[in-house]
Amino acid sequence: MAEQRRFLSARGVPIALRRRQHSASCRELAVRGPRLQLRSLSAVTSAVWLAAYGLFALSENSMVLSAAIFITLIGLIIYLHFVKIDQESLLVIGSLGIQVTSSYASGKESTTFIEMAQVKDVVINEAIHMQKVIYYLCILLQDPEDPQGVSEVVPLFQSSKPRLDCLIEVYKSCQEILEQRKTVPQSNEIK
Amino acid sequence: MVLKVFFPSCCSSADSGILIGRWISEQNSAVILAVVHFPFIPVQVKQYLGEVQRVTKVSVSVLGSWSNSKQEKEESLSEFLEDLGTIFCHEPWIQISKEGDSKFWSCSILQKHSKNPQEEEIILVYYDQRKVMLSHLHPSLDTAGQRAEDASKLSAIFDTVARSQVLFMTDRYDEGPIKLTHWQSDGVEASIIVELLKQASVPACMLLTFLLSLLSGICRSRVLKFWPLSFLWSKLSTCEQLGHRLQHLQVISSNKKAQNQNQLMRKANIFVSLLIDVALGILLMSWLYRKNRIGHLADTLIPVADHVAEELQDLLQWLMGAPAGLKMNRALDQVLGRFFLYHIHLWISYIHLLSPFIEMILWYVGLSACLGLTVALCILSDIIALLTFHIYCFYVYGARLYCLKIYGLSSLWRLFRGKKWNVLRQRVDSCSYDLDQLFIGTLLFTILLFLLPTTALYYLVFTLLRLLVVIVQGLIHLVVDLIDSLPLYSLILRLCRSYRLAAGVKFRVLEQQDGKPLRLLMQINPLSYGAVVQTYRLPTYSCYPRDSWASLCKKLFLGELIYPWKHKGDKQN
Repeated sequence: MAEQRRFLSARGVPIALRRRQHSASCRELAVRGPRLQLRSLSAVTSAVWLAAYGLFALSENSMVLSAAIFITLIGLIIYLHFVKIDQESLLVIGSLGIQVTSSYASGKESTTFIEMAQVKDVVINEAIHMQKVIYYLCILLQDPEDPQGVSEVVPLFQSSKPRLDCLIEVYKSCQEILEQRKTVPQSNEIK
Repeated sequence: MVLKVFFPSCCSSADSGILIGRWISEQNSAVILAVVHFPFIPVQVKQYLGEVQRVTKVSVSVLGSWSNSKQEKEESLSEFLEDLGTIFCHEPWIQISKEGDSKFWSCSILQKHSKNPQEEEIILVYYDQRKVMLSHLHPSLDTAGQRAEDASKLSAIFDTVARSQVLFMTDRYDEGPIKLTHWQSDGVEASIIVELLKQASVPACMLLTFLLSLLSGICRSRVLKFWPLSFLWSKLSTCEQLGHRLQHLQVISSNKKAQNQNQLMRKANIFVSLLIDVALGILLMSWLYRKNRIGHLADTLIPVADHVAEELQDLLQWLMGAPAGLKMNRALDQVLGRFFLYHIHLWISYIHLLSPFIEMILWYVGLSACLGLTVALCILSDIIALLTFHIYCFYVYGARLYCLKIYGLSSLWRLFRGKKWNVLRQRVDSCSYDLDQLFIGTLLFTILLFLLPTTALYYLVFTLLRLLVVIVQGLIHLVVDLIDSLPLYSLILRLCRSYRLAAGVKFRVLEQQDGKPLRLLMQINPLSYGAVVQTYRLPTYSCYPRDSWASLCKKLFLGELIYPWKHKGDKQN
């Protein structure tokens, strides 16, 4: 079952949170940012080409124009493939682990899977980002030597930066599944 | 408690039978390796599993039953399958059944000795058996000191499948009591070329080892250890590069099989790197010798050396005048300028003496480019060093003079203030000087101080020239280092067979149906290119900056001689 709600990101951009429950111990939470706008794309392209045409008028060298086209194409490809993140999703499978996926505008997906044994907890933290104080959700990884210690902090939803109301929804969903593993270990100790 | 069943996707269309695999009780997961079909005799199955367990050291056992019925579920078959659970008693007994072509299978567990009768949730994870078997998980846990509890869950699964290779050797055409279905059940795959290469590699390795032992014997002979030659060998970077490549060849041609994945990858990387190096070198050689380009190169070498000498002479004339409007001390200026001019004159005559032989020397030296592009680049760097030897000499003279002056000035400045450097205590102490000591000291101090700008300017100019040459040489060595250390085989493997180098796994949720277990697809998440280069980098005798920026600046200021690139073998001073 899937449900979708609209929220705002830290910058004020509208984002959508989609929650899907695949089974009792498996949930998928996806935050989708706004798509690439045709408006901004055409604005940037026309600005670059106007500048190139101005340079051409000054220097009478046609290489400037072909260079501008080349730069625009390469820049667009790099932007779509490496910079613009369309959707960030979190797949929590109780007893297996947590999977964090970022999908780029060109279709590329970059995935990280963290096993449940390494996950200490999922918490909401505050951070100072530029001139703002924002909330962000992060996964705390267990330190293998020290049971109370935290070896690493993995921040989530870094590109869409949802606000606190959205983060609370995600936090509640994650904690419901993480709590299941705390009630379960008693059966493991009976051997 | 959640039960995880790892099912190979190749067995999805197998006929009914029993499931064999490994049960990992700490993780409550079952890794299914193959399906044994009817008819079979239970005793023979147990015998076979015992043999497999002995060879692979993986605790393979019968985990459950698999029924693939094309039509409606047969009641008698399901009872028969439950009875099998009593023969092959395994706790828990997993029963998976598939009806027709439906994607959604039903899974149930039989637990006879269960303490909590609650319903366990089942997760069905499909995995590609061949890819998981061939893949290598990073970071690798090859170290012997790794505790079993630390091993991550996924590495246990990868390990199980990788070590059960002998199980996958029997295919359906084998005449035996057991009929299995796994990824290779349609026939064992092999490649003729690979087998031929394996057969040919043994005598080739032995021949190579013999040749290399001869070569290293010659290199280590006493003849080459005498002082002028050994000094020359240590200074020339070509010899170092050749020694490095010799070491590589020794690694490849050794008879010992690679113990683990890392050693195998290193051998393969060295082999591919050598191959590409030699190929590029031969390409360069063919380009150089075509249209007699090397003759042209030799012809332009002398004029270039002449041109450099002329530029230096112009520079010295400029310094002897009023450079940049600064007023120099005439006498010292003339002395230094004439001294350096004479040096240049000597150098030019020496070069002209060599000029008839240059072409021949270059022709034969160019032949050594067939040993590799790295060797050719090292030769280029050495030629640059030899051609700019006079700049190096000037730098040393200028630096020594300046250094002497600075030390003299600092010591006389202390005298001027009435202090002395105490060598025993390593500190500055006050001291009472005689009048004549003070008088002479102050005079000398004044003289040195007013001569400082001249010396400093000469030192500055020659240091800059020397730094320029050093930077050019450093760039060439950087390229050589890059070619030496780049793990090309690993990169090509990452490009073509990305599942072999795994950073982890990723799960994809497949279509679900209510009441049926959760279906996931486990795929291999390949290592990123940066991580591949970092993990499999070949070690080199790399040269990296010896000093930090601060100490370099301090050395320059004080006039100490700088050798910016430190080689790994150099002793720390």
